[in-house]
Amino acid sequence: MPNPFKDFFDFLTRLFLNKKHIKIGLYGPTNSGKSTLANRITKDWLGEEMSSVSRIPHETREIIQKEKITVQHNGKKLTFNLVDTPGIATKIDYEDFLKYKLSVKEARERAKEATKGVIESIKWLDSMDCVIVVLDSTINPYSQVNITIIGNLAARKIPVLIAANKIDLKKSDLKKVEAAFPQYKSVGISAEYGHNMDDFYKMLFKVVK
Amino acid sequence: MLTLQFIPNTEIANLDQESKLRKLISLIKSDRILVLEGGLSSYEEMQLIERTMEQINKEFRGIEICTVSSEKRKTEFSTKIKEAILKAFGYKSGLTIIGPASIVKEIRRDPTKIELFAVNKRPRKK
Repeated sequence: MPNPFKDFFDFLTRLFLNKKHIKIGLYGPTNSGKSTLANRITKDWLGEEMSSVSRIPHETREIIQKEKITVQHNGKKLTFNLVDTPGIATKIDYEDFLKYKLSVKEARERAKEATKGVIESIKWLDSMDCVIVVLDSTINPYSQVNITIIGNLAARKIPVLIAANKIDLKKSDLKKVEAAFPQYKSVGISAEYGHNMDDFYKMLFKVVK
Repeated sequence: MLTLQFIPNTEIANLDQESKLRKLISLIKSDRILVLEGGLSSYEEMQLIERTMEQINKEFRGIEICTVSSEKRKTEFSTKIKEAILKAFGYKSGLTIIGPASIVKEIRRDPTKIELFAVNKRPRKK
């Protein structure tokens, strides 16, 4: 249950003690492009990738953290630890992985690891100082997973930036994402091709500071 | 055959978090689609997702869930007063629909409507 005393303490911690090493999490449903965005950020600022990506859902099944990433914008610097999290889902069926030509054994193993990944993502939510919610802008944003993630972040008073990903695709609808969550700052990006990343970093500064 | 069970707020309002989750999961695992009066909070939904993930196996593959909530809704001052009075008498607005993923294929929502799609299980021809 959200605790107002803890919220206040976390706020003070963020404000005075830990500002140089804040933790920014990438959260969202599966296959929205969290790891692609993580790689884009680390490639832009460290020259290397941090996560593996795949078209098969639940590719990221463990928390992956990259420390001390320094982003610069308009002469300002922001240093943070970036946390790439497994996608949150309400159901996991190993048979869904068989479509991607995995063996039954591989599919079952992937499903088992994926359930653990979802649990881990949820447990880490409390330790985040800021969260980038990565949504696939070609998909209806009014899904319960999206609403539950954002509702939990709001209850914990964690700053949120919505990255509406895959704007390079024809079906992308940024306005629908913005309309679904009007109380939060949204930015349309293509993490794969690096489109609109300048605006993304600009927004990130606004949300974190 | 689909079994839809309505759960009035009075039935779960006095349960602690753990008992509430246990009761809901037990009903979902008995293949019922639940309609909860009052709805679950975002925190409770996240807890439910976490707990159901712990129990996924060959038979139980998770849940489909959808909440219609009045939380954070922009309302007029008079409406807020009415809601506060109703809340004081135990009334809670909103509702949550939850079903096992083996029965509920998808709950689709856009701002104006909610559609529940059940899995079409036709008997196989011999």
